[in-house]
Amino acid sequence: MDLSFTDDQRMIRDMVREFAQKELAPKAADRDKSGEPPLEEIRKLAELGLMGMRVPAEYGGSEAGTLALALALMEIAQGDAAAAVITSVTNMVAEAIYRFGDEEQRRAFLPKVLTGDFPVGAFALTEPQAGSDARNLKTRAETDGDAFVLNGEKTFITSAPISSVFIVMAKTGAADRSAPISSFLVEKDTPGLVVGKPEKKMGLHGSPTCTVSFDNCRIPRSNRLGREGDGFKVAMMALDGGRIGVSSQSIGIARAALDFAVGYAKERQAFGAPIAKLQAIQWKIADMAMELDAAQLLVWRAACLKDAGRPFTREASMAKLYATEAANRACKEAVQILGGYGYVSDYPVERHMRDCKVTTLYEGTSEIQRLVIARHVIGE
Amino acid sequence: MHFDLTDEQKALRDMVRDFAEKELKPIAAELDEHHRYPADVVAKMGELGLMGVAFPPEYNGAGMDYVSYAIVVEELSYACAGTGVICSAHSSLACDPINKFGNEDQKKKYLSRMTTAEWLGCFCLSEPQAGSDASQQHTTAVKKGDKWILNGTKNFITNGREAKVAVVFAQTDKEKRHKGITAYILTPDMPGYSVGQVEDKMGIRASSTVQIVLEDCEVPEANQLGDVGQGFTIAMTTLDGGRIGIASQALGIARRALEESVAYSKERHAFGAPISRLQAIQWKIADMATEIDAARLLTHRAAWMKDNGMRFSQQAAMAKLFASETAMRATKEGIQVFGGYGYVREYPMERLFRDAKITEIYEGTSEIQRLVIAAAALKD
Repeated sequence: MDLSFTDDQRMIRDMVREFAQKELAPKAADRDKSGEPPLEEIRKLAELGLMGMRVPAEYGGSEAGTLALALALMEIAQGDAAAAVITSVTNMVAEAIYRFGDEEQRRAFLPKVLTGDFPVGAFALTEPQAGSDARNLKTRAETDGDAFVLNGEKTFITSAPISSVFIVMAKTGAADRSAPISSFLVEKDTPGLVVGKPEKKMGLHGSPTCTVSFDNCRIPRSNRLGREGDGFKVAMMALDGGRIGVSSQSIGIARAALDFAVGYAKERQAFGAPIAKLQAIQWKIADMAMELDAAQLLVWRAACLKDAGRPFTREASMAKLYATEAANRACKEAVQILGGYGYVSDYPVERHMRDCKVTTLYEGTSEIQRLVIARHVIGE
Repeated sequence: MHFDLTDEQKALRDMVRDFAEKELKPIAAELDEHHRYPADVVAKMGELGLMGVAFPPEYNGAGMDYVSYAIVVEELSYACAGTGVICSAHSSLACDPINKFGNEDQKKKYLSRMTTAEWLGCFCLSEPQAGSDASQQHTTAVKKGDKWILNGTKNFITNGREAKVAVVFAQTDKEKRHKGITAYILTPDMPGYSVGQVEDKMGIRASSTVQIVLEDCEVPEANQLGDVGQGFTIAMTTLDGGRIGIASQALGIARRALEESVAYSKERHAFGAPISRLQAIQWKIADMATEIDAARLLTHRAAWMKDNGMRFSQQAAMAKLFASETAMRATKEGIQVFGGYGYVREYPMERLFRDAKITEIYEGTSEIQRLVIAAAALKD
């Protein structure tokens, strides 16, 4: 056991912390109101090497590793939760391209995801009728000469309007539930790729979430990622990693809420003293701090396993389940500590609570995590 | 960063697991029923080095680290939580302060015989009127020639009936309040030392819990532990380490509850299939497993920080609070998995539930842990 960070990990954390506090946090409330994505900031994060942290340098990544990514995402989320999910999904997409792509695909697509005006990737798995039951896809890919033709509709696609590359899961072969799922790389502006209007969400307003339709969308045959039928495997492996990202995001949001609540509790007077002197408030703060530490350790454990190339599915699900639920509790209690001020947008904690809610939903709901964990523990 | 145990720690874990499975698990129900102290098993634990895991070899200790010690307490408690606390109270609360604050003569004379389990140790801080508010010591120590004369009653003393060495706290200067407390090493053969009422407890019945009554108890000057007035610091430092022991005990209980629940749920049929197929049961198991993993990470973190000479009070408090509440939830849910069978003594669940409760109380209640954690979180 060694719970210390390397110098590189510490350096990345400190650098991202400074960036998040100086460049992201000050405008996070404005973006929450306007719904504008933090594109300028995302470009800077890309320049800092934060979009390809699991991609080797020869393909434009920073190769910093999963633990460093977890640390970075926590810091980014403390500044702006929307920027964190954009960064997390982009890392997931970049890693999947590196991992499952052939040399040509790596050379062709990774620079698009990691650099340029839109250094962002999107992951298109969910459909209107297929959320937790991800195998129930209807989107199809038919071969036609030297092309695949995609038809179908994807929903709740993070970063759709600002992404340069989409990984799309679609069925091939027979049109039934058991048809093999494959994954495909689709560039933005491909004819037949239609990005819908951003959803009006409870939170994460700076992260556009859209329906993406494929209407006879033709892509070269060379754009299939992995072999035919590998799609579900690509999706599940990507999501295992993505869960570490979402867990880190949730902890970052909750830490922002906790920090604000602690500062407020020391200032706010009631019954002749700061409310921080009341055990009612101390208890909340103690529970928040403890649960976030527990969450962080679960996330770091999963990240270390992934970095060591060892199985981490069970650990990633535990991290995601525990961290996102604990983060939601912490945000809710932060609102409670601020009282009425917690409920108004002059203070950040109501935004933190709204931003945090989605973390128990996307990249596998808490219920799906419990299924995964139970399967591993019960062993059936 | 990595969370792996060393080969030595793994070997120790396997050895203790095997020992506990053979020597303790079969008799745990009987020890519980008859409130019986397992003298023969404790002697064997002494032979195996389990009663002095984290103490230097020159005092007959095993010379291992605190993570190893946490592992030992977890494994013992998995089989019998009462025996777990015999080891924990002896090691963390009696051996540890003598090792840390004792002089060479004291260590040679006492610690060397304690680490082999020849002499069992106990820790006498609580008094009938002083539990969580431990600074309110009514026991007094007055210097008379080359002796200290102690008077008072110590309450809820784990191992007190069998102990051959007692670390006792007494007020030497009432004016100075908690800075006027001094620690002593007592033995039952000292005139005026007697064992009072033996408590009849809800759980952990393999261990004794007694009153220690001191009536003009004559303690040689040489048995003063640390400096005059240093007692409260010694007590608090000792309890920081002790909390790692109790967290480990809680972990053992919780893991047992989980494993019993998993095994039972796969055997027990309802509605035409094993109940492990029902999400109602899977959810409980997933939550138990996740919380247990988080509790272990917190516990081993605190132990690792202690091993590395870092401050760990807040981390030990988090570990103890989290692990003990996890044990309570896990045993409560475990009983629910077992249904009526969880409530009867034919199965271990009801004992585990009774055993778990004490972990939220001794060596600092959950409320005291929250005070410690909040104080650190609210510090400027």
